[in-house]
Amino acid sequence: MTYWQAEVETMSRADLEKLQLEYLKKTIRIATNSPFYNKIFKEHHITSDSICSLDDLKKIPFTTKEDLRNNYPFGMAAIPIQQCVRLHSSSGTTGNPTVVLHSAKDLNEWANQVARCMYMVGLRDTDIFQNTSGYGMFTGGLGFQYGAEKLGALTVPAAAGNTKRQLKFITDFGTTCLHIIPSYATRLAEVMRESGIDPRRDTKLHTVCIGAEPHSEEQRLRIEELLGVKAYNCFGMSEMNGPGVAFECKEQNGMHIWEDYVIVEIIDPVTLEHVPEGEVGELVLTTINREAMPLLRYRTRDLTRIISGDCPCGRTHKRIDRFKGRSDDMIILKGVNLFPIQIETVLMKFKELGNNYLITIDQDEMQIEVELSDLFTDDYSVLQRLTKEITRQLKDELLLTPKLKLVGRGSLPVQEGKAVRVKDLRKF
Amino acid sequence: MTINQISIFLENKCGKLSKVLSILSDAHIGIIAATVADTSEYGILRLIVTNPEKAYALFKENNVTVSKTEVLAIATDRCAGSFASVLGCFTEAGISVEYMYCFSLDGKSILILRTNDPVQAYEVVKKHKLEYISTDKLNNI
Repeated sequence: MTYWQAEVETMSRADLEKLQLEYLKKTIRIATNSPFYNKIFKEHHITSDSICSLDDLKKIPFTTKEDLRNNYPFGMAAIPIQQCVRLHSSSGTTGNPTVVLHSAKDLNEWANQVARCMYMVGLRDTDIFQNTSGYGMFTGGLGFQYGAEKLGALTVPAAAGNTKRQLKFITDFGTTCLHIIPSYATRLAEVMRESGIDPRRDTKLHTVCIGAEPHSEEQRLRIEELLGVKAYNCFGMSEMNGPGVAFECKEQNGMHIWEDYVIVEIIDPVTLEHVPEGEVGELVLTTINREAMPLLRYRTRDLTRIISGDCPCGRTHKRIDRFKGRSDDMIILKGVNLFPIQIETVLMKFKELGNNYLITIDQDEMQIEVELSDLFTDDYSVLQRLTKEITRQLKDELLLTPKLKLVGRGSLPVQEGKAVRVKDLRKF
Repeated sequence: MTINQISIFLENKCGKLSKVLSILSDAHIGIIAATVADTSEYGILRLIVTNPEKAYALFKENNVTVSKTEVLAIATDRCAGSFASVLGCFTEAGISVEYMYCFSLDGKSILILRTNDPVQAYEVVKKHKLEYISTDKLNNI
């Protein structure tokens, strides 16, 4: 058997689109119960009957992260809260958090999506799967947990961090597969080497699912080489449940996005029109198999393109390419989503600092250079304390520790027009 | 009694110090004493110059990260024990030295001192009748 659900995964495009239309109409009926969509549908005269083809999706306005924030916490719910069984929320560092609600059926479907992905890369119920994602609100934890359990794999919720312990689990339990952030995979390999563990000789690892932060093909090849595994790129976002939205198959050429769960659009972020197939644009997703909180035409802000043509694996679901960046200025580092404005807010609290700063991202490190203000004091211990205090406040805000470097006035490039505050040296 | 020291924040980058020095040189401002406190990331250049007000204004104009600090300049004889006896006066009054450096002027050793308590330090100088260098004197070098 090659497929988790052969019938759905290899369905003809015509049948798949017919299924999508049916699911979309159903979703619109459900979404009418959400205060947010109810208002929009009324304003735009949308009912499930007015959607007669997938093309009619265009009649529905986009939904944005801002909408989710403005309707925090339960304004997007399409079923009574009593029928919801799970809530995931973003950290909300740039404003209100976003909340995603799930019914029991939603969770079951989500687990199925993840199980389908895992099966696609060759994982079976005989595998031992160790999840190094953070658990709790971060969807990469529970999302993979339930998916792997549905697949029937023995699942180890190791959670994030404590590399020595991760290694002990890998060797003691005979872990065959990991879900891991790319930058951490490299780190894990380093620690293995330091501990004299040869992954090929001393572990049973054969597959890793890498995701939650952008990475290049070179990085994938490096992880494969370092750990002696096949590494598959996975895509998820909390608004779309979490992991399992799209996943590479064994061809490792683009991620199949499950079109019985979402409708995919790629738009020009400026004109908001569809781009021709194959061109890069912003990924817009509509959930069509979710009841607690459907999202219609959700702007992900992720830039990608559809890979045209049939996939040799036989799956008919479209493939999306590796992400090319963001249509906003969000930085994804170590699985954490950050906005430069968060950093700016912290820096501007210090009167000792000027207005000019530069964020540099390299591998899994963030360096922040910031110019001193006129209030520069020549006392070295004061400067040291200042550096420490800024770093501490940044860590509280970002949940990771950046390297802070004070620089003199005029050291950073002068910003004209739209300031370029972020230099991302990572290759995607 | 105190004199103005010019402090400059310098990144550890080639050419930073030389830029600062050429600003002074172009304005014909002389350096009487200089010291650098350095860390791996940056240095603080401390200068005693012939015209601190002008130097400060010029650095500001040229977008150099600069500050003025009042420091004591105590003149001591060039003989064994003179340095120790000056510091002894401050220690006796419970004053700590944050940093210090020396230079030579008219056959005397000049100690530049930055203390944790400038007001008390002033009293100590008066009480022990320590010889100090004034801004006027520096301006006439």
